[in-house]
Amino acid sequence: MAKIIAGVASSHVPAIGAAIDNKQTEEPYWKRVFSGFEKSKEWMEKAKPDVAIIVYNDHASAFSVEIVPTFALGCAAEFPPADEGWGPRPVPVVKGHPELASHIAQSVILDEFDLTICNKMEVDHGLTVPMNLLFGSPQEWPCPVIPLAVNVVLYPPPTAHRCYMLGKAIRKAVESYPEDLRVVVFGTGGMSHQISGPRAGLINSKFDKAFLDNLSKDPKKLTRISHLEFMREAGAEGIEMVMWLIMRGALDDKVEETYRFYTVPASNTAVGHIILEPKHRAAAKARKASGKSRRPAKMKRAAARAKTFVRRSK
Amino acid sequence: MARKEAARKEQEYDDIPGTFVFDAERSLRGYGINMFCMSLMKDANRKAFKANEPEYLKQFKLTPEQTEAVLKRDYNRMLELGGNIYFTAKLGATDGHSFRHLAAVMTGSTQDDYAAMMLAGGRSAEGNRSKSGRRTTSILVGSAKPTSARPKAAKAGAGKSKSKSRSKARSKRG
Ligand SMILES: [Fe+2]
Repeated sequence: MAKIIAGVASSHVPAIGAAIDNKQTEEPYWKRVFSGFEKSKEWMEKAKPDVAIIVYNDHASAFSVEIVPTFALGCAAEFPPADEGWGPRPVPVVKGHPELASHIAQSVILDEFDLTICNKMEVDHGLTVPMNLLFGSPQEWPCPVIPLAVNVVLYPPPTAHRCYMLGKAIRKAVESYPEDLRVVVFGTGGMSHQISGPRAGLINSKFDKAFLDNLSKDPKKLTRISHLEFMREAGAEGIEMVMWLIMRGALDDKVEETYRFYTVPASNTAVGHIILEPKHRAAAKARKASGKSRRPAKMKRAAARAKTFVRRSK
Repeated sequence: MARKEAARKEQEYDDIPGTFVFDAERSLRGYGINMFCMSLMKDANRKAFKANEPEYLKQFKLTPEQTEAVLKRDYNRMLELGGNIYFTAKLGATDGHSFRHLAAVMTGSTQDDYAAMMLAGGRSAEGNRSKSGRRTTSILVGSAKPTSARPKAAKAGAGKSKSKSRSKARSKRG
């Protein structure tokens, strides 16, 4: 049986991608941002998922105003990076997992989530920037990816509650897939930001931090946030945060917060990032780390460090 | 396509200051603007547009106001008339400008002031929640008191313009 081993959330600011592509990651402005993902990359390397389901939104790259699917699941074998006006990002082609993706589509549609299925789709920074942040910049991506594109451009996006429930349906779908696959779910976008109109530049760290706290401990509370509240408090484009709730819905009600990072700004945006794991998994890791495991000392130290983050982030 | 435009139906999110929510009504109205912007994804089209802007725009059935907003690069007006930022940013990119550049333009501040405001933590939500100054509520951060003064978009650069290392990391794609 396939299972979900963790949830990851991360902003997907296009300027982060540009900084990677233009080799500016060591500049102080960007180092502040990238340093927050160093531990996460180590974590991801150890987690070694077989598949990543990445919830993101398209920014007028694959979809214009001609077709606006609310939820679009990528079932293709591969997804080329889109040309967003500066040439396609120099990142590897994203390989899909058509079998699991089609299984998920079928399962959630029968669960009354009427997805659009995309057998051909280009993917933009919304998908590839979080991949860089968590996987680095390898020659080939380390695992296949199932993109789930959510409309957050044309108002109204799906509600926070709908997103959360879709996450639950996705989990059910994954857990009914016969192959033993270890799956990580990403929620991307946000946090607070507004890039349009005279109010551009809005940042609300208080809102963002409360969002992160509740994402860990009380996600149901977040499902009651209205679109008006998202836009008013977190900026017109901050409404992207509904996508994080799809990821959260796919996890247990109670989870362990393994890691968190938050910094302002990257370009116009507050950058937020969190890693959530099932409690038993986090606990088993901690036990292993303290017990007489045969793992090299370096890994034990890393596991111990992972535990520290949990404490610090509370 | 010269349908008479009805006045915009007031929505509760229209109370958010300095914000044009891209809803069904604006999407309908701004279809031409957004499809024009989308066409700029192709280099040949960018060149054709640059060669003769008014002529190029004719194929998109824009209203005279929309045409004027595009030609003048009035980004706020484009949003008001149904453009969406992810689309109008393609026009910005055609001119060589990043999201952050456009953001500064839309707020009416200089690039340096805008960058300084962002480095200082961005524009605060305080005083920027409601045009009418009504009490607003939030599940996450509680309610905000009604404000009497009319909060226009806060003054950019309120975080004191520090002119130090403002990173050349000002990437075009920001
Ligand atoms: Fe986005």
